[in-house]
Order: sequence, then C-alpha cells, then structure tokens
Amino acid sequence: MARPIISIRGLRTQFGPQVIHDGLDLDVMEGEILGVVGGSGTGKSVLVREIIGLIEPAAGRISLFGRDSADMSESEWRAVQSRWGVLFQDGALFSALSVAENIQVPLKTFSDLSEDLLDDMARVKVHMVGLAPEAATKLPSELSGGMRKRAGLARALALDPDIVFLDEPTAGLDPIGANAFDDLILNLRAALGLTVVMVTHDLDSLARLCDRIAVLVDRRVIVDTLDNLMKIDHPWIQEYFHGPRARAAFSTAETV
Amino acid sequence: MTAAVAGRGARRGEANVSADAAGAANRPQIAASRVENRLELALSGDWTLEMADALDALRGTVPDLEAGSGVETVSVDLGPLGRLDTTGAWIIKRKVDELTASGARVSFANAPRDSLELLKSVAFCAPDTEVERARVPLAIEIAERTGQATLRFLAEVTQLTGFFGLIVKRLWLLARRPSRLRLTSIQFHIEATGLNAIPIVALLSFLVGIVIAYQGALQLRQFGADIYTIDLLGFSILRELGPLVTAIIVAGRSGSAFAAQIGTMKVNEEVDAMRTMGLDVIEYLVIPRIVALMITLPLLVFMANLVAILGGAFVSRVALDIDFGTFLLRLRDSVDTVQLFVGLVKTPVFAFVIAMVGCYEGLKVGGSAQSVGEKTTNAVVESIFLVIVIDAGFSILFAFLGI
Repeated sequence: MARPIISIRGLRTQFGPQVIHDGLDLDVMEGEILGVVGGSGTGKSVLVREIIGLIEPAAGRISLFGRDSADMSESEWRAVQSRWGVLFQDGALFSALSVAENIQVPLKTFSDLSEDLLDDMARVKVHMVGLAPEAATKLPSELSGGMRKRAGLARALALDPDIVFLDEPTAGLDPIGANAFDDLILNLRAALGLTVVMVTHDLDSLARLCDRIAVLVDRRVIVDTLDNLMKIDHPWIQEYFHGPRARAAFSTAETV
Repeated sequence: MTAAVAGRGARRGEANVSADAAGAANRPQIAASRVENRLELALSGDWTLEMADALDALRGTVPDLEAGSGVETVSVDLGPLGRLDTTGAWIIKRKVDELTASGARVSFANAPRDSLELLKSVAFCAPDTEVERARVPLAIEIAERTGQATLRFLAEVTQLTGFFGLIVKRLWLLARRPSRLRLTSIQFHIEATGLNAIPIVALLSFLVGIVIAYQGALQLRQFGADIYTIDLLGFSILRELGPLVTAIIVAGRSGSAFAAQIGTMKVNEEVDAMRTMGLDVIEYLVIPRIVALMITLPLLVFMANLVAILGGAFVSRVALDIDFGTFLLRLRDSVDTVQLFVGLVKTPVFAFVIAMVGCYEGLKVGGSAQSVGEKTTNAVVESIFLVIVIDAGFSILFAFLGI
C-alpha cells in the first residue's frame, strides 16, 4: 500500500442542473480493496464509470498509474485499458459468445497468444474463478446469475490486470454464493496482487474484504477504515454504519 | 546425454546474450545446467502475457528427459525472475507437469511468496477437459435440421391455433359483457396504429399508384389501349394492392410494436404480475390491440385506395394526357363498387391475424432482452406470411363465387 494507483482531484459531475460530485478527491492505493458506498443517487457507479472513461467528468483530474488521463494519447489510453478489468453488474458477457470466447476477447485484443495457449488461458481463468470446466463452452444465457458473475470476473481478469472494478459483485447472490465470491476476491488478491475497487451495498463484504471504505456523502467522498468511519459524526454515516443490519454484519465479522 | 543437455544450456546462454544486446532486456529466458543427476533451471526475464510469443518459443528450450538420462531432480530457480502473471505461471506449470511425468522430482527455489501463490492457483487446473463436439455427417445434419424445423413449424401451428381459441373464447365472454371491454386501451391503440400510420401508408400508396399506372400505360400503349390503364389501376388497387400493401406496412409497423411492447412487459415480469393479480392477459393486453387494429386497418386501406388512385390519376394526367374529369368518369364506368368491398372485406381478417401474431410472439418472449428482438422479427415474418396466404385463399374463394 505504498503509492496511489488512481488519484482523483477536484472531480465534478453534473447531469443537467443536477450536481452529483463536487470537488471530490480520492486516492486508491496499490494493493488495497476499496469499498465504495453511498445512498442511491450519490453517484457510486458514476464515479467508477468516470475513472474507467465511460463518462466524462464536468471538471477535475483523474490520474491513473501516475499519468493524468486527460493528457494520455490514444495508445497510452489503450495500455491503461489493458491494465484494468471491469465486472459489470450482471456480468455484461457478450451473449453471442461462449464463456471461453468471452474470456479470449481481451486476450485477442491485447496480445498475440497462439490458439492453443488461448484455449489454455481461458481454461485457467475459468478455473481461477471457481467455475466448472464444462462452463467454458456454455453461452451466458445457459448460466445462473452467480455463474455469470464469475464468468464476468474471469473476463475481467483475463489480462492479469492491476486493478479490477467490481460493480455490486454480490448483489443478487444468495448468502452462500456471496460469501464464496468474497473468498474468491480475497484469494485472487493474494495470488495476483490485485487492487480492487468495489461498489457494494453488501455490509458483510464491506466488513470482510475492504481495507478502506469510501463513503459518498454531500457530493464528496470520505475515505477511511471501517473502524474510523464508524466514529465520524455525520448523520448518514451514523445511520449506515450503526443501523441494525450494519451491527449484525460487523459483529459477526469480528467474531470470525 | 549429460553433455548434450549441458551443451544446449550453454548455447542457450549465448543466445541470451545476443538477445540482451538487441535491447530486449526483459525477455523471458531459461538457463539450464546439469549437476550430476540434478537439472537446474534458472528462469529470468518477465514471464507475462506481453511476452507470450517469446514464451511460446521457449517451450522447446528445456530438454525432455528421456528414460535413462539420469536426471532425478529438477530444481527451478525463480530468484532471477522478473514479473510473472497467470500466462507465465501456466507455461511454467505445463513444463513442470511434463518433467514430472517423465519421472523427475521438481522443486522450486528462491520463489517469492506471490509467485508461489500464483503458481498454486494455476496448479490445480485440470488441463485437458476438452468437451468433444460430436461430428455428424452432413447428410444426417441436413435431415435432422429439416426434421426439427418441421416439428417446430407444426408446434407453432398448434400453439397459434390454441391461442386463436383463447382469443375467441375471451371475445365471446366480452360480447356478453361489453362493459368490460377496455375502451381507453383500445382508443390508445387506434391512435398508435391508425392515426400515426396515416403519413407512411399514404406516401407508399401514392407511389404504388404511380408505379402501377405508369407500367400499365407503357404496356397498354403498344395496343393503343391507353385508356384501359384506368381499369387496370382500379381493379388492381381496390381488390388487391391497396389491402395487401397496407396490411404489410401495418404488420411491419404495428405487429412488431405489439410483439415488442408485450415482450418488454414479459421481461419486466409485468405479465406475471398481472397474472398474480387475477387480470386476464388476453383480455387486458391482446383483445384491445386486436379490436383497435380491426377498426383501423379497414379505414387505413380505404384511405390507401383513395391515395393510390390519386397517384394513378396524376400519372394519367402527365403521361397519358387524360384529364382528371375523364379519369373519374372512366373509373366510375369500368370499376363497380363491388371491387371496393371485395378488397375491404378482407381487411378485418388481416387485422385480426396481424394483431394476434404480434401478441402471440410477444407473450412467447422469455427472460432476456435478446429474445424480444427475436420474437419481434418472428412476428413480422409470420404475420406477412399469413396475410399473403389468407389473401390467396380469398382470391380462390372469390373466383368460386364469381365475384
């Protein structure tokens, strides 16, 4: 956790008259798991989309791997794109391609692996995210929601990225599936040295996984460890981290 | 053999030096050396995805251990290794598997903790779980597909007939209690399928009128029978082209819209929600659309007939020098009103079929957004197909009746 891998300064986001972020600063440190929380409409997903360049911020600077994204040339931007993976909410797998082919899309775009290595790598990634080998040949429509998320993660990990962005990775999963997904992320971080930015509402995941938590309140972000955040005197933060659900989640996390 | 291994390792060493000189400082390399019955492999450079081609080239570098080579242990030194990712780890793992299979004990030395984690995470992969795709001879596949398509077609006919039955039953119930008819919904669909369709139907009919009149005039002029262009136009537009062209436009415009609307409701589980509240899907979604279209299509066709004849009159004026008054007189004398009704009588049937197929395909949508697109396409193709089949049926019927 030495240097910031992403750093955002003075970010402003505006849709029409509606200001979502204003003067937002955020650093994501190398190797950490950062949770992003906030009420609905506070722009959690929007923030992630701005970092990965899907939405242009109204003002502010976002620097990735130490380079300002606004100054990057086309080829630098492509290089940056090969260093992150994104897991969208329902996987966003290409519906016409099998799981293995989905995983191979980034591999084919950014590398020149031979055919048999491509097949091998797809199998390795399928295995890494804990899917059965048979899943590789299936179409996304033939998978359950949890499996689609894993397949989406396999595709996000295809290039061994430095950062993965996860948009509500455990939403819609049953508690067992959600737990397994949390374990998976922890294991992958240990194996691959990933930096993880995850938008989540899952208090159990927050307590178990996240090194630090970024809370979106008042159009800015407050980042700290869970313990410190719980001491902050802000009505929304108090309600979020001291509500009945939070207490249940955090107390079990401590005993585990 | 011992010498050969060492020799190869040494040559590799030289090759490495020249590669370094070429400036590729972080190319992946393997240096092999033999100490008695122990083979030492030192891996250096970056074993990552970007180096994939270099890694592939390295595959032949490490000699296969033949029986009697005397090598009992292989030590893989990861100390000088640069970066390692899953691709690199996989290639190391594959090599290690080969060495293990040929009877050597393989151990890693100087491995950083994270590299070991990575190697562990790929190590448990079952490498060859290739799912065999059954190879079927072409002839059999053709037969199989034809058979499946036929079965699908028959199933479709059965289901559509069943759906027709449901609608008729519901219509019968509504006929006895007309107050349950959803008038607001019907009014909405009349506007959407009728009023809003007027510009496109009018434009296309006008053009069809022009084309028919012009082609007719060209051919008939050869016999000096220019004036019969008007007969040709009147008969063909009123009996066939007016209803058919309009029905095809409406099938593409409204049949597809019905399928997409109901299909989207299906994806959003709105249809299921209706069912749980005891609302009859046919009564609430299907009947209003069918009734609305059965009202609008005849009106649209009537308008289309007028506009097409207007287009014909325009061509007659320009190309045949027949003025508008003469055109109308000739039309009245040669084409009787029966022709108009022969055309119009088909239109409620077309409307029923288009709306029914649109709703039926919409209700068949399952789960994904993708299937909305598929079913919408099906709705258009099937309704146009059925409209033309029914039109042919009417032609035969009228021929028998001598109309």
